[in-house]
Amino acid sequence: MTAKPAEISVDVEANIAAICARYGNRSDALIEILHDVQETGGHITRDAIVGIAAALNISRADVFGTLSFYDDFRTEPVAAGMVKLCRAEACQSVGADALAARCDANGIAHETVYCLGNCALGPAAMVDGRLIGRANEEKLASAVRHAKAEG
Amino acid sequence: MVRVFIPRDAAALSVGADEVAATFANCIAQRKLDVELVRTGSRGAFFLEPLVEVEVGGKRVGYGPVHASDVPALLDAGVLEGGAHDLALGEVEKLPFFAKQERLTFARCGVIDPFDLSAYGQSGGLAGLRAAQKLKPEEVVQAVTESGLRGRGGAGFPAGIKWKTVLEASGDKKYICCNADEGDSGTFADRMLMEGDPFALLEGMAIAAHAVGASEGLVYIRSEYPHAIAAMNEAVRIWQDAKASPNFTIEIRRGAGAYICGEETSMLESLEGKRGQVRAKPPIPALEGLHGEPTVVNNVLTLAAVPWIVANGAKAYQDFGMGKSRGTQPFQLGGNVKQGGLVEKAFGLTLLELIEEFGGGTLSGRPVRAVQVGGPLGSYLGTDQLATPMDYEAMAGIDAMLGHGGVVVFDDTVDMARQAQFAMEFCAAESCGKCTPCRIGSTRGAEVIGRIREGQDVEANLALVRDLCEVMEGGSLCAMGDLTPQPVLSAINQFPEDFQAGGRA
Repeated sequence: MTAKPAEISVDVEANIAAICARYGNRSDALIEILHDVQETGGHITRDAIVGIAAALNISRADVFGTLSFYDDFRTEPVAAGMVKLCRAEACQSVGADALAARCDANGIAHETVYCLGNCALGPAAMVDGRLIGRANEEKLASAVRHAKAEG
Repeated sequence: MVRVFIPRDAAALSVGADEVAATFANCIAQRKLDVELVRTGSRGAFFLEPLVEVEVGGKRVGYGPVHASDVPALLDAGVLEGGAHDLALGEVEKLPFFAKQERLTFARCGVIDPFDLSAYGQSGGLAGLRAAQKLKPEEVVQAVTESGLRGRGGAGFPAGIKWKTVLEASGDKKYICCNADEGDSGTFADRMLMEGDPFALLEGMAIAAHAVGASEGLVYIRSEYPHAIAAMNEAVRIWQDAKASPNFTIEIRRGAGAYICGEETSMLESLEGKRGQVRAKPPIPALEGLHGEPTVVNNVLTLAAVPWIVANGAKAYQDFGMGKSRGTQPFQLGGNVKQGGLVEKAFGLTLLELIEEFGGGTLSGRPVRAVQVGGPLGSYLGTDQLATPMDYEAMAGIDAMLGHGGVVVFDDTVDMARQAQFAMEFCAAESCGKCTPCRIGSTRGAEVIGRIREGQDVEANLALVRDLCEVMEGGSLCAMGDLTPQPVLSAINQFPEDFQAGGRA
């Protein structure tokens, strides 16, 4: 981040201000605010960080410090249809690692999560908020197609 | 009018419950049937999901696991009158998986519509809150203390003592923070309860608020549980509209993918909008918690157990369990198991009973080789340890822990050296970074175990891992660094053959 405050566009500023206002511009609601901002834009831009810092009256370093701690928050766009594949122990015990390897071989983009709370129906995965139990590459490929079609 | 019940629990949805419900709705409309479809939580027999239940003569008859394509044939077979079909299970509560359980906390889960406050009241809900409101705060604290209820998040700290500390503390404001960020692999009870009986949690929080004098409650839910977050938001809206606890407001907060935020002080930091780094204790959160004010931090299952205790009396709850572990524990059976799901039972059940009688053995059909109890920071047990009764002290007696009650089964294909390495990798990925032994030790530990797996200087490297584990145990502020050695050392001690050159790697 540069030391000089960036100029941010009027639209972004208004949107950020509206989101922060929903939480009374309280800095303790920063994580909720970051979730909402990410839901509207897909990721959290530098402009958004500047806008949030201004609205909550905290430093940009405070905002960036918090967002960089949490795996959920992204500062770069992510392609639609990313599979969140559980790689924790319960899913390992029913072949999650082998499933990840088959996803790689079949060009199914995936990222690691630890536990989706579906430990009796593993391997578990989530695509676009949809939970998938007893996952295999066919189910995942179909969920990815569905997610991409919905855009 | 016939009532048909289909779960909307995330696990049931993950195997097609929504598709089953949609097909039922279509068929009902086409055939002009007089049927009310009720969406419930899950009872927790996940091997039967999607489990469809039909109310016949006041009893609930089950069919499962149902695929959407089975629905027309089920209707042809007369399921609305409880008709015979290959998927027919008979009366659900008489199934061996449920008949042997002792459901106190989960009595309503999977049975009623989770957002129907009047159904909640008719099935025993709100009795605890009404009873509590007739008692003085110290009397409620006394009842919870006498019940023997201990924190279900893992540490097993007596809930009544924590509440007493908060009651006696002075502060401008007091908070009830429900920790719903239990990210242990193998646990899903919190998620099930929030989706299937959310009012039980809200009622427990309202009782806690009355007991300690808190005006505000927060539920911190992990973002990996979007269905639970949606369910809790809906339940809070209904609860507050009905003015069920007028002097106590409840807010739902989302986590953001950090396992460490299941640690109470880290969760408090996160609730304040900060990085989820653990705080040193003292001060304990009961005295200086959220925003520096006295705060009750309890797990979902602890708070959800409270309404039953207050409604039925401390003595009735005490009567369940063994030793210093009183009441029931929702055990969660997962991993490589044929019949995985939620088993609520008094403390003292053995792992063998859980895995064999309830679980029906492994999913793969191969022999059980290892069982991890209490999540990624819990020990791996060998088959010779499975007769241990599950209570806090007995588990501690074999260098294991009950944790949040999650039990993950592995068959004989598991490579325990790989599991030990994963324990270190998980700690490296999820450490908050505050303590050096946890932050750096875990990375070095994963590397050293990697060398052992390659057969390099096995004895010397095993000694190094043991040494490192001692440093992590002694030099970390919270359970993350302190307990990661448990799965590592138990794997080495119980399964030494996997660490020798030419082991399983």
